[in-house]
Amino acid sequence: MANYSTNEFKGGLKVMLDGDPCNIVENEFVKPGKGQAFNRVKLRNLITGRVWERTFKSGESLEGADVMDLEMEYLYTDGDMWHFMKTDGSFEQYAVDKKALGDTEKWLKEQVAYTVTLWNDNAISVTPPNFIELEVVETDPGLKGDTAQGGSKPATLSSGAVVRVPLFINQGEVLKVDTRSGEYVSRA
Amino acid sequence: MADDWRPSASIETLRERARLLARVRAFFAERDVLEVETPVLGHGGSTDVHLDSLCLTATTPAGHERLWLQTSPEFHMKRLLAAGSGPIFQLARSFRDGEVGRRHNIEFTMLEWYRPGFTLDTLIGETDALIRHALPDVGPCRQRRYRDLFREALQVDPFTTPLDALRRLATQHGQIDMGESERDACLDLLMSLVIEPGLGRGGIDVVVDYPASQAALAKRRCDPEDGVEVAARFEVYVNGLELANGYHELTDAGEQARRFDADNRERERLGKPMVDSDRQLVAALQAGMPEGCGVALGLDRLIQLALGKDSVAEVMAFATPNA
Repeated sequence: MANYSTNEFKGGLKVMLDGDPCNIVENEFVKPGKGQAFNRVKLRNLITGRVWERTFKSGESLEGADVMDLEMEYLYTDGDMWHFMKTDGSFEQYAVDKKALGDTEKWLKEQVAYTVTLWNDNAISVTPPNFIELEVVETDPGLKGDTAQGGSKPATLSSGAVVRVPLFINQGEVLKVDTRSGEYVSRA
Repeated sequence: MADDWRPSASIETLRERARLLARVRAFFAERDVLEVETPVLGHGGSTDVHLDSLCLTATTPAGHERLWLQTSPEFHMKRLLAAGSGPIFQLARSFRDGEVGRRHNIEFTMLEWYRPGFTLDTLIGETDALIRHALPDVGPCRQRRYRDLFREALQVDPFTTPLDALRRLATQHGQIDMGESERDACLDLLMSLVIEPGLGRGGIDVVVDYPASQAALAKRRCDPEDGVEVAARFEVYVNGLELANGYHELTDAGEQARRFDADNRERERLGKPMVDSDRQLVAALQAGMPEGCGVALGLDRLIQLALGKDSVAEVMAFATPNA
C-alpha cells in the first residue's frame, strides 16, 4: 500500500496504526506562531471501534490500509460463521466471524444488504442499513384504543433485537426500526 | 462536484470583509502610517526552519531564475524602512506551503506593520487598539510571560526543566513519541496542544518573553526578573487563536546573516530544502535600519473572529481547495 503524509490526511482515509487498520475521523493542523507544525488526528480503530487521538509531526507518514467497504447480502449462518454474498453480481461469498459481526448480529435478516468492511480481504466489521424492517415475534398483547397515550413496551423482533414499541403494536406486525439508535420508527 | 465553482465565503461575508479592510486602512491613515505594496515574488525566501516556501522559475533578463513566493512581506518592508520610509503597513498576500486546515490556508492575507522608534510595549498597545477596532466587544488585554504559562498549566519551567522530563510530558500529552525531540519541539507541542487552546478566553492575551532559541528575527534580551536570555517578541491570542506575532526587530546585519546561515544548516540537518537567503536584506541592515518594532497579524483570522466563523476558508472568496 501507498504511504500517506500528514498533508494528505483527511476524513475517511484508511491508514495503519500500531498494526491495526484505522479510519481517519478528523485531522487538525496545529502550529504555534513560529514553531514546529503538528497534526492532531482522531482515528477510529476499525478492529475495536475505539477512537484514538494522536499527534504527528507534520510531514510524517503512515502506511495506507487495504480497507474496502462492500455491499453484501446476508445469506445464512452455520452457527460458527455468518455468510454474506457480494451484490455486484459476482456471487462471491465471504464468511464473517462473531467478533467481526459484533452488535450487528441482532439486526440480521436474510436478503438484506449490509456494508461489510474488508481488510486485506478479510471481513473485520459489518454495518447494518440505517433502517430495517423486521417482524415482531413476541410482545404483550396490544391494548385496544390506546394509540394516543404514548406508553411503550418491549418487543422481540425476528432478528433477536428487543426494541421499545407503542402499546398498540401486535405480534406478527412488521416494523421499521432505526438500527443506529435501536428505536422503533413506524409500522412498515 | 457541480457546485465546485462557488466561493468559499458568502457574498454577505465578503461585504463584511471589505468593510473591515476599510476600517483597517482608516486606522492606519489616522496614525499617519503609510500603506505600501511590496512584491510577492523575491530572489530570497524565508529560511525559517518551520516555514515551507513555494518557489518557481521565472524568465527574466538574467535568464531562468528561481524566485520565492514570500511567506510574509517582512524582508521587502524592512528594506523600505532602511531607505527611510518611516512607519509603514501592508495588506500582503503571503504563501506557506503545506499549511492547510481550519486556521490555515496556503495563500492568506497578512497585515504587517512597522513602527520605527516604538518599544515592544508601545507596539503591543497599538496592536491591542487595532484588534479592538475590529472586535469592539473583546475583553481586557493582559500580558502573560511564556515561562509563567508553562508553570501554571504544566508545572514545569520551559527554561530549566531537564529535557528528558519535557520529552516525557510532550509524549504523554501528544500521544506521540517525542523521545528524541529537541527542547523547542517539545515546547512547541505543549504550547499548541495544552496552552494555546486556553489563551484569549474572555479577552486578549499577549504572550511575551519567549525562549531565546525562538527569537526568529527578533532581538534577544536579558529578562530582568529571571536573568535568563529571552526573545524580544510577543504573540497575541484571542479565543484560542494566534492572531499576531511582533518583534523588537533585529538591526544587526552580521547577526542577521548568521541566523540565515544557522537556519540553512538546520534545514540541511533535517533534510529540508535549502532556501536562498535575502542578501539584500543583510545589505539594507548594513546601510542602517532604524531601531523599532514590527508586527504581523493574520487578517483572515481577525475577520473570522469578527464574524464568528469556524474557519478561515469561510471568510475567503476562494480557499485553496477550490481556488
